[in-house]
Amino acid sequence: MYLWFNKLGSPPHFYRIAGKWMPWLASIFLVLLLTGLYGGLVLAPPDYQQGDSYRIIFIHVPSAWMSLFIYVVMAFCGVVTVVWRMKLAEVILISSAPIGASFTFLALVTGSLWGKPMWGTWWVWDARLTSELILLFLYLGVIGLHGAIEDKRVAARAVAILAIVGVVNIPIIHYSVEWWNSLHQGPTVTKFDKPSIHWSMLLPLLLMALAFQVYYVLALFQRCRAELLLRERNSKWVQELSGE
Amino acid sequence: MNRLSLSQAFIYLLRRDLTLAVRNRAEFANPLLFFILVITLFPLAVGAVPELLARIAPGIIWVAALLAAMLSLDSIFRSDFDDGSLEQLLMSAHPMPVLVLAKVAAHWLVTGIPLLLVSPLLAEMLGMPQAAQGILLLTILIGTPILSLVGSIGVALTVGLPKGGIILSLLVLPLYVPVLIFASGAIEGAAGGLDVSAQIYMLLAFLFLSISLSPLATAAALRMSMS
Repeated sequence: MYLWFNKLGSPPHFYRIAGKWMPWLASIFLVLLLTGLYGGLVLAPPDYQQGDSYRIIFIHVPSAWMSLFIYVVMAFCGVVTVVWRMKLAEVILISSAPIGASFTFLALVTGSLWGKPMWGTWWVWDARLTSELILLFLYLGVIGLHGAIEDKRVAARAVAILAIVGVVNIPIIHYSVEWWNSLHQGPTVTKFDKPSIHWSMLLPLLLMALAFQVYYVLALFQRCRAELLLRERNSKWVQELSGE
Repeated sequence: MNRLSLSQAFIYLLRRDLTLAVRNRAEFANPLLFFILVITLFPLAVGAVPELLARIAPGIIWVAALLAAMLSLDSIFRSDFDDGSLEQLLMSAHPMPVLVLAKVAAHWLVTGIPLLLVSPLLAEMLGMPQAAQGILLLTILIGTPILSLVGSIGVALTVGLPKGGIILSLLVLPLYVPVLIFASGAIEGAAGGLDVSAQIYMLLAFLFLSISLSPLATAAALRMSMS
């Protein structure tokens, strides 16, 4: 097990494995995305209050989940980077940041589009929206710090520390719903005993969430492969690869 | 050669930083003047309506305090980084987080305390109700050390960069948000005659959390910056 883990951590091995997995991941992603979208946009009934506008949750909610999830992944990779100096963790940490920032941005934009017909305004300064905006700034800070430091191995360590510090903000974002009474509707999915969302809406939502997860891994692999090639451009395995 | 105990090292470092600050007065005069200036700008910008000013006074004072703290952050490590004494500190036998805490404490004494002293005057000028002024002092007393502690992480990460100042605000300001929310919330609540012990306790919790954790992160970041 440890050997396997160790092997996966080596850049050339990861490069090969990731390349092999990517077509599979892409097809799984497409299947999940299409069924999720079909279920969400066609099969699910319109909401009795919100009509068809609510359908944006099939994009909005998974993006918001991913925006939090990716930050936690980054903080985890940050710990691995600081403690074990594992190259692959550094690369995953760096490559996750732009993807996470994009999901955060997507969540903000879709939320804003939904807010206009529902709340009558594009933006309200409520706790969750504000926290999501701050999360976007945290992501941008990570990207900015990484860009500002020349030596990329040093940059990875700096970003790792920043990600660990920033993860303190994740619970604040999550519990802000309870801390401040706000316009934003409370969570409807995680109440397992009696979900206040019907299964015909829940199922496509979960499918979309899975699709987004797979997409994240797919995009991550792509970025990691590029980053690895860039970082290891002087090493033997990259030379061999390009020599072919 | 006699070795310093940890508490002696802490006190020597604190005293050294304070002496440096006293000899170089601009270091603590600048943030203070900036704080007063920013607050002066608000009545000019939004209009000198007493009700309006009294209403937004907690926010103004806290935003100004945040910006002033951020402006002064660079001085925690910059000059020590430039003249190499930071490297000597990192090589000392004492645990770096404790030494970091001494430097941050000195920074707070030099920049936080002046804000604390001048804020009642500004609160009065903005027409903040008497009931809220005590709470304002309390939040500044509890809140500004958090700003110095959390800010020290950002400075430590960027001290080696040629243009660290620009990125520093992007790193640090989002982390200041909880302090801002609870501090201005407490003052606003007090002005409305509510019990604000919950917000004060939250601020205290943030303070103790940042005292115990942020020196570790700062020390790690400094090691990274010196490598």
